[in-house]
Amino acid sequence: MPLLVRLCSLWIVVVLGIALFADFISPYSYSQLDLLARLRPPAFWGGSSDHWLGTDELGRDVLSRLFHSVRISLLVAFISTLLSATVGVLMGFAAAHFRGWVEQLVLTLVDFQASMPFMIIALAVLAFFGNTLVLFIALMGFYGWERSARIARGLTIAANEQGYASAVYDLGASPWRVYLRHILPNIASTLIVSVTLTFPEVILLESGLSFLGLGVQPPMTSLGNMVGYGREYLQSAPWILLAPSLFIVVTTFSVSMLGDWLRDLLDPTLN
Amino acid sequence: MMRFLVIRFLRGLLTLFLVLSFAFLILRSTGDPAMLIMSADAPPEALEAFRKGWGLDAPLWQQYLGYFKNLAQGNFGYSMRDKSPAMDLVLARIPATLSLALPAFVLKLLIGISAGVYAALHRNTWIDRFLISLSIAGYTMPSFVLGLVLVLVFAVGLGWLPSGGDATWQHAILPVITLSLGGAAVLARFTRSAMLEVMGQSYIRTASAKGLVWRRVVLHHAMPNAAIPTLTVIGFMVGSLIAGAVVVESVFSWPGVGRLLVTSVANRDLAVVQSLLLLVATTMVSANLMVDILYGWIDPRVRSGQAAQGKKA
Repeated sequence: MPLLVRLCSLWIVVVLGIALFADFISPYSYSQLDLLARLRPPAFWGGSSDHWLGTDELGRDVLSRLFHSVRISLLVAFISTLLSATVGVLMGFAAAHFRGWVEQLVLTLVDFQASMPFMIIALAVLAFFGNTLVLFIALMGFYGWERSARIARGLTIAANEQGYASAVYDLGASPWRVYLRHILPNIASTLIVSVTLTFPEVILLESGLSFLGLGVQPPMTSLGNMVGYGREYLQSAPWILLAPSLFIVVTTFSVSMLGDWLRDLLDPTLN
Repeated sequence: MMRFLVIRFLRGLLTLFLVLSFAFLILRSTGDPAMLIMSADAPPEALEAFRKGWGLDAPLWQQYLGYFKNLAQGNFGYSMRDKSPAMDLVLARIPATLSLALPAFVLKLLIGISAGVYAALHRNTWIDRFLISLSIAGYTMPSFVLGLVLVLVFAVGLGWLPSGGDATWQHAILPVITLSLGGAAVLARFTRSAMLEVMGQSYIRTASAKGLVWRRVVLHHAMPNAAIPTLTVIGFMVGSLIAGAVVVESVFSWPGVGRLLVTSVANRDLAVVQSLLLLVATTMVSANLMVDILYGWIDPRVRSGQAAQGKKA
């Protein structure tokens, strides 16, 4: 494992730790106001160690908000990626199992999804339906399903032609059993790689929408959300947005590096 | 070739049709457009007249047909905000958007392709690894972070360039840079892997074995073949010229299509969002169609009916 990939993995572990233990390691509550200590700079920027990363325009502790933002952003990205992989794999299985018009339908939907910028679709849906966290996560869950669907379909068609799948069929297994117990484990490595590449893109999408004020809504906070609101104070208090920006960049970079490395390791045919 | 193009054209139309149906269903499922587009306290006669005017008292399937008829006649609905035709509002923003998107597109091609080719030709050297890491960094850096960092350095810190607005050409510099770097990173990655694939082919070995100058091998034998898979990415970039700057326009308060989209989503100005959706879908579909035509022109395998190798990407 190259050094850079090691460092990236280490960072991912740190970020996961922050997300899991946000409540225990935050010095303050993420929404606790302190109007007497507004826009205080971080400790290394001339501030005090009361607020290591300073405070925002309402006197909320930036470090505590950062930890909770990491938690929300990772949670959204995690559930969404899982949803998208599940939808994609099911569609891919359906296309490979039924062939015929079902396959054509799935392929048309894949084409449709791939030909529209997802951000535009997301914005349109948010305009029409308004925004709640559940809807938002469900919407993000459609990001990248077409990639999983394409991979699952291709590999399943190939697997169905190989001996092991038909052998299990002949033993009397149900299609569900064949797909979930036999084919899925065989195509999992390629899928995992594709999911590792989708995950940082979902983080980017979520933070982009939240930055625009159309993603995660206050009082909840996410990384993009912090950057969006911190933008007003770019000149007077840049620390509000620098810390979450850094977290977004380093986290997405780390996951992508890891994904790239995994891809080279597991599946040289994927582009 | 004709058959291939006709099929592609029909597929494009199908995509457009899907987008429009999607927009129609979503609009109708969110309630009474009369109430949404006019205010809720409008006189009942006005609401009735509106419903009649738009045929909202007809059965759903008739409305669906009528919706397409209206579109065919150029009736895209009216903005809830200032009652002007929605499409006019959208079209008025296009020049501003293109004045960012076109220079950024050219920069993307220049930086992305040359970096990708260079990295591929120097495979596994430190410069290749450096360029790959840089491209992953560019690809994973959200445009709003890049934009804000540029503002922080060049506008707030150094005071060289303005931080937002569209008064002079200097205002366009930071947004164009922000817009082009991300795209260049994606393109560099694609170009590199396409080049590497081509460089491993036997015809490249043949070309250099028969004594051609290396320059000529790269320019005339490798690059045209590597261009095929790269075209798909470029096509996607052309397709998103209009809507690709949503975030960047917001960062730099640039009065383009992207910002209109964000404000109309925030105001739930449905007719404007719908018109934008239609416009974006049309550009995307036309760009894809153009890519397909170019494929046929560059790659004889496509012309003869075989699928393009690069299309799987």
